[in-house]
Amino acid sequence: MSTPVTAELDLAGRTVELTRRLAGAGAEAEVVAAHSAEALTRFANSAIHQNVADATTTVHLRLHLDGRTASGSTTVTDAGGLQSLVERTIAAARLSPPDPAWPGLTPPTPLPPDAGYDDTTAAASPQERAARVRDFVQAAGGLETAGFCRTAYASGAFANTAGQSAHGRSAEAAMDGIARDAGADGVARRASGSLADIDGAALGARAAAKARAAGPAIELPPGRYEVVLEPTAVADLLSNLAMFGFNGKAYAQHQSFAELGAQQFDQSITIADEPLGATLPFDMEGTPRTTLLLVEDGVTRAVSHDRTSAAEAQTSSTGHASPASRSWGPIAANLRLAPGPLTNAVPEPSTGPTASSARALVAGMRRGLLITDLWYTRVLDQKSLVVTGLTRNGVWLVENGEVTAAVSNMRFTQSYPQALGPGAVLGVGAEAVAMPDRWSGVRYTAPALHLASWNITGNASG
Amino acid sequence: MSVDHFDEAGAAVQAALDAGARYADARVMLRRTETMSARDGAVEDLSSDESAGIGVRALVGSSWGFYAVPDLSDAAARAAGRRAAQIAAASALVPGPAIDLVPAGAGTASWASPCEIDPLSVPLSTKGDLLVAATAAARDAGADLAEGIYQIWDTRKWFASSDGHRIDQHIRECGAGITASAYGDGEIQRRSWPSHRGQYGTRGWELVDELALTDNAARMADEARALLTAPLCPSEETTLILGGEQLALQIHESVGHAIELDRILGWEAAFAGTSWLDLAQLGSLRYGSELMNITIDPTIPGALGSFGYDDEGSPATKRDAVRNGIWVGVLAGRDSAAMAGLDYAGSVRSDGWARLPMVRMTNVGLEPGPHTLDEIIAATDDGVLMDINRSWSIDDRRLNFQFGCEIGWEIKNGKRGRMLRNPTYTGIGPKFWQSMDMLSSETVAWGTPNCGKGQPGQIGHTGHPAAPARFTNVRVGVRG
Repeated sequence: MSTPVTAELDLAGRTVELTRRLAGAGAEAEVVAAHSAEALTRFANSAIHQNVADATTTVHLRLHLDGRTASGSTTVTDAGGLQSLVERTIAAARLSPPDPAWPGLTPPTPLPPDAGYDDTTAAASPQERAARVRDFVQAAGGLETAGFCRTAYASGAFANTAGQSAHGRSAEAAMDGIARDAGADGVARRASGSLADIDGAALGARAAAKARAAGPAIELPPGRYEVVLEPTAVADLLSNLAMFGFNGKAYAQHQSFAELGAQQFDQSITIADEPLGATLPFDMEGTPRTTLLLVEDGVTRAVSHDRTSAAEAQTSSTGHASPASRSWGPIAANLRLAPGPLTNAVPEPSTGPTASSARALVAGMRRGLLITDLWYTRVLDQKSLVVTGLTRNGVWLVENGEVTAAVSNMRFTQSYPQALGPGAVLGVGAEAVAMPDRWSGVRYTAPALHLASWNITGNASG
Repeated sequence: MSVDHFDEAGAAVQAALDAGARYADARVMLRRTETMSARDGAVEDLSSDESAGIGVRALVGSSWGFYAVPDLSDAAARAAGRRAAQIAAASALVPGPAIDLVPAGAGTASWASPCEIDPLSVPLSTKGDLLVAATAAARDAGADLAEGIYQIWDTRKWFASSDGHRIDQHIRECGAGITASAYGDGEIQRRSWPSHRGQYGTRGWELVDELALTDNAARMADEARALLTAPLCPSEETTLILGGEQLALQIHESVGHAIELDRILGWEAAFAGTSWLDLAQLGSLRYGSELMNITIDPTIPGALGSFGYDDEGSPATKRDAVRNGIWVGVLAGRDSAAMAGLDYAGSVRSDGWARLPMVRMTNVGLEPGPHTLDEIIAATDDGVLMDINRSWSIDDRRLNFQFGCEIGWEIKNGKRGRMLRNPTYTGIGPKFWQSMDMLSSETVAWGTPNCGKGQPGQIGHTGHPAAPARFTNVRVGVRG
């Protein structure tokens, strides 16, 4: 349920004033008061088996005092809880070793125009989520189904002792589900700022169509294959690129592949972080969020920074501070891969394995694999971003532009930047699809991709 | 304990019952956490966090509902109970089969984990000095990047249920670790001590004191730099010896998750995945060699997956999961056990008051064998020794895995030879476990503090007793 953002503004302001009073005028403090309400209706074996909701307000305080830094948070937001938070953080700062990397506070900076949020989604009921689950299950036509429907609302306020203040709200709706037919899974997932955009029946039908198209699977030998990755699989590429490649701390520490200004990707690749509307319009340091162009026509243009990594890289924060960004690095969470040129609009097919975004690409593949989803991807080498993982939710062999056989899941070991490198991208789908992550507030938008080479290193036999 | 929160938990339970629930439980949790990280001899981040709230679970008909709030007033607790029942009622729009709960031994109890030195009472300056010294030592020894971290969790919880439970627990967990990285031409090698993310347990700061972080820092830097010029792990099928730390994660991924009953029943099919195990084969399926004895044991003092009672009120109990290579047990909750026709639960936990309790690993470990690592090496003519995890990946049925380790060594004619870089291995779970032919007695209960599962996501803390072991005909040296 949505609440007035004035409550968070008040909390943030009171915490800053309390910190000033207890720590002295020389203290530098920044406070985020954030309220989140997340509700998730989960189904398996075609029935709702877990149905949860929570509403939490958390106050985060970061304090720089006499050259030393500490941070803390609390969900106890009454006067005693705030007093305890401030006293604990002051004590921690005083006992901490000096912090030579303190980047200073965000000065007063205007926020971009409010992107707005959908109040109906923020206040969605468990019945509305359950209805979408019912529609998904029914549209699967008797196949076993599993997945979730989620709505989330966030409102938050920022204040610091340098005079910066900001506030905003966001809402999100998402659905992600599979249908299962004789051990073969098909998937469909969508994210939006509005629950009204989430069509359980359409997603259930798409997942079922993929599952039914699986049939008896053949096993193919390891080797390099041409592939079409559907948007659900491309989202994994974006996630790993954001976490390990475009991560400003990794970049500053020379652990990222990123070289600003270099043609590291195929010229058909343009990637931006587009957080507005998907999350709060400012980060944990009060830096306004805005669209950040990371790759333009294959040239790496930027990486994501908080104030610490930006100082180390001698640049400015891009608005990607999080409670963990000083340790794990600032990570962009709303990447969008630009779609290719629009051809004829293709409606989502009701049958067959291929999503609309991938159909034209499949038609142009002489021999290769159509891959729906990637799973359990882990980095073997961060610098070159070599990743291993498995396919999931459907793989098919494509010959002369036609799907000819279902293929059992396979393991791959592949450098992601290399797979997207100059000349390696043979096509980009014309439709970009917004998809949810496991964490609310994180979203990837991507078209399908046709890639020249994908390194399959194992099959179902090992 | 001077103040308890049974009244709030009981009020939430009663409100859920009044709203139509036929069963309800509630957990009030207060948690303090403290995390510090250091880099190259300087503290990088320090955070001290406090969280308090109540989570209520209600069963209406055959449907569950859960609601959580960070407000411990009587009114908020009652409202949360009512809301949980309302959410459960909405679940009935897409109902499942009838739900029963196996008994959990109702009663009143109190439990605390062992703790010699309260980790939150150790001065921050002392803890900071440790990380500063350890990372400085690694940097001074040639690391291009030296990182260290400690984490502390101090959790008090009060559990009440409509079955009559009134259980309070105080669980203190902590741990630490360091990593030294060396940069080469286009690649980075790293070495971690004592584990790739540190060692953790349900103990006090004495655990961290025993890790000797600073004493091992220079060796980590030396080995990371040496790895840059070491030969690549060969790509071949060979005999593989795994160190205990890596074997702990092998157990976690290819046994622990596979024996989770919710996965076996399909409850995680869309996300975490299912399991290759079929309940019809419980008691007869050969999982591994005769040497393979896996236990589910939350009673191990100090291990990270230990507790007195799980989050459904079931008392901690040791059980067999695999005995002499045969699959005989699962990790279960009260509802999943009833659905599967089993008579035990005891493995349900949540990662905080705001999350639904679900089937989680406790301490899932391999009982020790008769050998030592030196004996295993001496008995191996040709093979590779690998240790300290670097990457892990496994399919959604927990069969097809691939692991990377930080370091490997060639084994030739019973001797440890050259260091090998980028060692990886891959395989299929039961085939791999059936190839285990030597097992050491040198067991350590490794802690895994980052086990992800569930939607919304939860981070679980699990323990994995493991010792070095040998496996035959394993494919190693998988590369991109």
